[in-house]
Amino acid sequence: MAKELAGLDKEKLKAYWSYNVRLTTIVMVIWFVVTYVAIFFAPQLDKIVIAGFPFGYYMGAQGSLIIFVILIFWYAIKMNAADKEYGVEEEEE
Amino acid sequence: MAMKGGFLDNLGKIYGIYTVGFIVFVILLGLGEAFFGMTPKSIGYVYMAVTIGLYAMIGILSRTAKVSEYYVAGRSVPAFFNGMATGSDWMSAASFIGMAGTIFTLGYDGLAYIMGWTGGYVLLAVFLGPYLRKFGQYTIPDFLGARYGGNAARSIGIIAAITASFTYLIAQVTGVGIIMSRFLNLDFSVGVFVGLGGILVCSMLGGMKAVTWTQVAQYIILIVAYLIPPTVMSFKTTGNPISEIAYGQALQKIDAREKAINADAKEIEVMGLWKQKAADLDADIKGLPGSLDAKKADLNAKIAAAATPADKEKLEKALKGLPADAEDAKTKWTAAKGAAAGKSKPMKPYLEPFARLDAKNMLALTFCLMVGTAGLPHILMRYYTVPSVKDARMSVGWSLFFIFLLYFTAPAVAAFGRSEVLSNIVGLPIAQLPAWMANWGKVGLVSFTDINADGILQWYELTIAPDAIVLAMPEIAGLPYVISGLVAAGGLAAALSTADGLLLTISNALSHDLYYKMIDQHASITKRLAISRTLLVVTALISAWVATYKITIIVELVAWAFSIAAASFFPALVMGIWDKRANKAGALAGMYVGFLSCVIYMVGSRFYGLDIWGIKTISSGLFGIPLGFIVNFAVSRMTAPPSQEMQDFVESVRIPKGASAGVQE
Repeated sequence: MAKELAGLDKEKLKAYWSYNVRLTTIVMVIWFVVTYVAIFFAPQLDKIVIAGFPFGYYMGAQGSLIIFVILIFWYAIKMNAADKEYGVEEEEE
Repeated sequence: MAMKGGFLDNLGKIYGIYTVGFIVFVILLGLGEAFFGMTPKSIGYVYMAVTIGLYAMIGILSRTAKVSEYYVAGRSVPAFFNGMATGSDWMSAASFIGMAGTIFTLGYDGLAYIMGWTGGYVLLAVFLGPYLRKFGQYTIPDFLGARYGGNAARSIGIIAAITASFTYLIAQVTGVGIIMSRFLNLDFSVGVFVGLGGILVCSMLGGMKAVTWTQVAQYIILIVAYLIPPTVMSFKTTGNPISEIAYGQALQKIDAREKAINADAKEIEVMGLWKQKAADLDADIKGLPGSLDAKKADLNAKIAAAATPADKEKLEKALKGLPADAEDAKTKWTAAKGAAAGKSKPMKPYLEPFARLDAKNMLALTFCLMVGTAGLPHILMRYYTVPSVKDARMSVGWSLFFIFLLYFTAPAVAAFGRSEVLSNIVGLPIAQLPAWMANWGKVGLVSFTDINADGILQWYELTIAPDAIVLAMPEIAGLPYVISGLVAAGGLAAALSTADGLLLTISNALSHDLYYKMIDQHASITKRLAISRTLLVVTALISAWVATYKITIIVELVAWAFSIAAASFFPALVMGIWDKRANKAGALAGMYVGFLSCVIYMVGSRFYGLDIWGIKTISSGLFGIPLGFIVNFAVSRMTAPPSQEMQDFVESVRIPKGASAGVQE
């Protein structure tokens, strides 16, 4: 199973993983803010009303969801590019 | 296998034609209703026969005798289509029928479900999905077994996978039975078995391959069915067909109407009457058993003195309606008292945060639902079916996108439904109530009591079950019955597709993990598949048999399944990938402690008054999840580190390179 590690530069592997950890951290921070912080401050956010939507309500019903979708695609595209950059991409069949 | 290559190359075209064909079919049925007098019953039968027939046909076309196709669809499902399949795998009868109703009832606080059941995919995308694909075996217990060396971890994995999936499966099968019995007037048990027949033809012959392509077909039906009614409703009431944008207006209307209703003299009168009623019931409960005897004696005396036979009959009916004994009376009257008390207080604003759940519980519930989502084995195993790690990453995005389409519409459905009821139904003379109220009243989803006897419906006289919102929306929007039938077919697709995935998870855990990996490692492919197919049928029959008992605690059981998955699976899986130092002892201890603390809080808070920080039973995972992580971490650090070989294995799971090489028959 681990044969694909052979011939890979240890330093490069480390750099790849720490890049991944950095991206993951960014994703988790945004994820936390748009859900938990937005829930916590919903009463305050609700004072802003756009097109009939109190902003706190909007975040729970749509805003956070849209950001989740974008976040996942953003992470996927970034990581797929990083695979090539660090030479750990899977071989084409 | 020219056909297979041809099929995979032309997926877009095939499902495009399928979608157009389905829409044409719905239009034809609509014409049949409008011009040829098709009855609702015959429309219902045509829908069920055609859709279940379609699913069975896909199953037959996808039959297979290859292990990799049976367990992981040959790892050939493109990211986009795996996203659709995951969408219908994930969205159950509860999402389709119940979600909008929950928001209708809970207002802002109901959004915990919307955020929780979508935000979990972010966790899945960054912590698990791509790595599980790289690992590239067949089941989730496979990963636990490989990473934590041996059968102990695998066994816990099997037990957790089966408990979580089986409770969830019962709920789906019950959903199938309810839809079938409501729309076709079939007996509940007959409905269950007819629906299950469709699932079995599909999954038994083709395993994951058949389930995948059926789920894509089911997604298309369920999303079309879900989106049509709110679009029409939105266009009719606001002039904007995009309900997700337009329902801001409905929210403002709701807010204004709620204030007006709470200030209305008649509504206040009704609330007062309920308060009186609750007090009367309270006195009756305290006066048991004497109060029940007194009521009986009173009615008997009245029957003896009745002037006309009609009066007598009415009184005799009332006597029969009384509880049988003091025990029965206590249960019934306490429930009635609760309902009366609920209607005696002015409603809290729909838009107000934390009016029904406090902030703490809302945060806890959202968190538990998210982690539970990322820990459910029937969802996780879908990411084994894509060709590469790259595809796995993109596929999580597509999954959430397809789920998002329904979930961001659900609050719009809830808002339009509530706005309609508050503005156009409340205040109507009872004789002029629209037909949909009577239709859904017949099956007990809508009811009212004219407690102040003024012949007009007040808000506080009306009870609407959450499920009624989605089911009645086509009629509320003034759409023909063909759309109501479509919604039922959509609900059925949602229940069947989830049931399919769950059934496969359970039978795979038993046939692959328990039998092949732990009992007979030399079993031939033919034997393995035969065992798997047999177990599938047996599991389906057991679940149908359990479902016919219609256990009332089912909704709670499903919430518990989430917490169990969250507290036992999620920490062990994440630590297995993200912490090289995590070892067998740590994982086993973590899973035990996570699972037990979760179960203890569930049972304790539900039945024995256990209460920590006021956290409700439904969020029991709140304690088990962090404990699962902490114990895993601490015990791993206190015991010997995993072998170099194991650390290399973790290292290899973290990089995509070699993903396609890891697959063998």
